[in-house]
Amino acid sequence: MAAPNVRSSSFSRNISVVSSPQIPGLKCGPNGTTFISTGIRDLDRILGGGYPLGSLVMVMEDPEAPHHMDLLRTFMSQGLVNNQPLLYASPSKDPRGFLGTLPHPASSKEDKPTVPDPDQGESLRIAWQYRKYMENQKNAIDDYSNDFDMRKPLERQFLSGRPIDCVSLLDSSDLSVAQDYFATFLSKFPRNSSSIASIGRIAIQSFCSPLCDYSEKESDMLSFIRLLKSMLMVSNAVAIVTFPPSMLSPSSSKRLQHMADTLLSIKAIPDGDKELETLLTGYKDINGFLNIHKVARINTQAPVILEAKTFSMSLKKRRFLALECLNQAPVDGSSGTSYGTSGSCSGSSKSGALDF
Amino acid sequence: MDRSLNLLDLALGFDQQLLDPSPLSGKVVLIEDCVETSGSFVLHQVMKRVLSTNSSDALIFLAFARPFSHYDRILRKLGCNLAAQKTNNRLVFFDMLMMKCSDGEEIEDNVSAVAKLFREIQETVRKLRSLTNSNITVMVDDMSLLEIAATGSNSDRVLDFLHYCHSLTSETDCSLVILNHEDIYSSMERPAFLLHMVCLADVVIKAEPLASGLANDVHGQLIVLNKGISRSSRSKLQNFQFKIKENGIEYFYPGSRS
Repeated sequence: MAAPNVRSSSFSRNISVVSSPQIPGLKCGPNGTTFISTGIRDLDRILGGGYPLGSLVMVMEDPEAPHHMDLLRTFMSQGLVNNQPLLYASPSKDPRGFLGTLPHPASSKEDKPTVPDPDQGESLRIAWQYRKYMENQKNAIDDYSNDFDMRKPLERQFLSGRPIDCVSLLDSSDLSVAQDYFATFLSKFPRNSSSIASIGRIAIQSFCSPLCDYSEKESDMLSFIRLLKSMLMVSNAVAIVTFPPSMLSPSSSKRLQHMADTLLSIKAIPDGDKELETLLTGYKDINGFLNIHKVARINTQAPVILEAKTFSMSLKKRRFLALECLNQAPVDGSSGTSYGTSGSCSGSSKSGALDF
Repeated sequence: MDRSLNLLDLALGFDQQLLDPSPLSGKVVLIEDCVETSGSFVLHQVMKRVLSTNSSDALIFLAFARPFSHYDRILRKLGCNLAAQKTNNRLVFFDMLMMKCSDGEEIEDNVSAVAKLFREIQETVRKLRSLTNSNITVMVDDMSLLEIAATGSNSDRVLDFLHYCHSLTSETDCSLVILNHEDIYSSMERPAFLLHMVCLADVVIKAEPLASGLANDVHGQLIVLNKGISRSSRSKLQNFQFKIKENGIEYFYPGSRS
């Protein structure tokens, strides 16, 4: 048992020395992968660091919930804050208009959503001499990811002069034009073993939308995604593609899901569902659900087993996107109040006893 | 010898190497998986078996899903150096990631890209045969991606390709190992392609998630159907569970894990 452990650890150590990140916004992962941030701290943590470079992220939309847009927005904003080139494609007439809805990073310390809970403060006071180390730790990850204020639009300084390409998917009657465009964008980020010069981010919104001319040709769309994925594998870029599975035939939808490295889906939460309201704590704050079906498995065969597949999406202080494990409220009404308060103020990491 | 064999090796017949040094020769192995559980680890294990040091078998690998670096890293952790096997002429790696089939190029050469690919395989098999007399395995890491690449021209081409590859197994005693995704076809009424593959296959390995959901200790279950009639003592349908680790896979019968 000990021998293979030693061998594998020395192996990964060599790799991390070779590809130690030179530019901000990168994090070394296992097996020679490098992560970039998703723009949502909770999602970074759940996925084990973020989206690995060279991976294709697919998000299945729910026609009744717009939260796939939030995933796109934070992903794009995080890229712009870290000064990474961005390519955005959507089936709207004016895709550049979407940039106006990108969230701004929370700058000042007071704005941070990580308000210590009363009992967390207690534990901090006990170990007050360690506080400075904790501050250090926080600063260390700060240039990797930010918290985004979903109500505040991204300031001009992050938009003007930055390399942003916007493409409307309505313009092209077939996908070969778009494909050439993506190929030239990705050719700017070739992967060579020595160092990483720059990182590209691609965001495609509502890929299979019926508004597009090519929406009839499913085989074209599949082969487009296949080639996009192949190009990504040899470049330092991440693409996130959202698509409405209900618009596709079931087999094409499954094919797209198979091609995804990381597969997420959005689910709307029914409003005023009495049954659900009694089951879940913090039902009123939950905007929707995020399901994680697949986590990218690059250079490894071992799967990532998550503690849960379904997470609730909510806005902390009405500003910051937070993902939490579902906390099931106890059925008994008398103890429900006390459980409810302790469950709602804590993240998934703390309230392990309450997770189901 | 016995310690290195796991349940999947036993189900594939690797335990009788004295009687039959390459139990998969002339056979078609189909691996079926789904979105929830990837079956690629079975490919890795068969790759390792084929390229193991105490045999001289050769492998032709058609990579549609992942680049060479990915497989190189995984197999290195399993104790097999792909780059060295390449120079030893035991591994021929076809990088098919950017393969395109368009109708335009077809008119020029009068052959489709799929047919061209098969000719290349056939040529490689011939070359390898002249070098060694041992078994040759042809492996396709994702048949569904070949389908996507080829549907631009004609969907029947993939079926033709499958039959041509099958002819290799009967003519030159090659083994054919194919990974495909079963759930793609579950909504179709009569999925000709899948049915053809299941019909041609001598061994069908199905990877499924556990019905009870996510677990840290058990990553899923395998159902192995061995249609081989020669070994009558073997039970035909086997079912066991697995846990995937970086340096190998643990197999165990349901409920037998301590």
